[in-house]
Amino acid sequence: MSAQVVFFFVLAVVAVVSALAMVFSRNAVYAVMFMVANFSVVALLYVLLGAPFLAAVQILVYAGAIMVLFLFVVMLMGGEPAPLWEHIPGQRPLALVFGLLLAGGLIAAVNVERLTGVPGVMTQEVLERLGQPTALAQVLFDRYLLPFEITSVLLLIGMIGAVVLAKREKRELAASQASSERRPE
Amino acid sequence: MIVPVSYYLILAAILFSIGVTGVLVRRNAIIVFMSIELMLNAVNLSFVAMSRALDSLDGQVFVFFVMTVAAAEVAVGLALIVAIFRSLGSADVDDAHVLRG
Repeated sequence: MSAQVVFFFVLAVVAVVSALAMVFSRNAVYAVMFMVANFSVVALLYVLLGAPFLAAVQILVYAGAIMVLFLFVVMLMGGEPAPLWEHIPGQRPLALVFGLLLAGGLIAAVNVERLTGVPGVMTQEVLERLGQPTALAQVLFDRYLLPFEITSVLLLIGMIGAVVLAKREKRELAASQASSERRPE
Repeated sequence: MIVPVSYYLILAAILFSIGVTGVLVRRNAIIVFMSIELMLNAVNLSFVAMSRALDSLDGQVFVFFVMTVAAAEVAVGLALIVAIFRSLGSADVDDAHVLRG
């Protein structure tokens, strides 16, 4: 086994363990931390796949911006541990069974593809060409220019939507201020 | 030896399944949301892996778009969770069963 394969397996184990820990951790703050670990490992896998620019973007967007947002909301709602399993009877075993079934099915699908599909055409030279941010930019700003422009509209909509949703109504705000002013007396 | 692409796809499949299990099992809206992010990430991983296997950059460009959608989704989704938490006092997905504000 080459160093790359060893590296891949180490990363894969960390990714799966951190994902499981994220899903099954009681404390939401721990869950966010495990999510960041998982996203960072995926960024390392991008490096291994010859996409260093995407790895940098992954760290910036996920481990940076999205993690901060999640932490903010967790802190806002109080980070007290929540119960793991609730409400629907039989939900826990059923969900685990279906999750495992899905994993098995997807893995089987991948292996069918490997057995019957066309092998990839990878050479070192192609990999080096693919890893270049300039090559990526050429595709992004040439073939995908219109979708790229549309994403800016999407981001604007998201921003406005978040502001509108998070904004308190004026009377609600006045009511909460009035109640907090009354409290010390 | 270069890592076979199928390894990456299997890893992505496992991560996606863990995300689905999280959505099914957890009732805390934030954890459910993080599980959705996990699924998006797993799909991104398979995009990049296939982009290398097929010698095409289209997959990597799609990862960009998925990241953009994820960022917008997180902003709006977390704002929704905060709004629901304000009006209901809990972030349990089972408690939010009416659309009326």
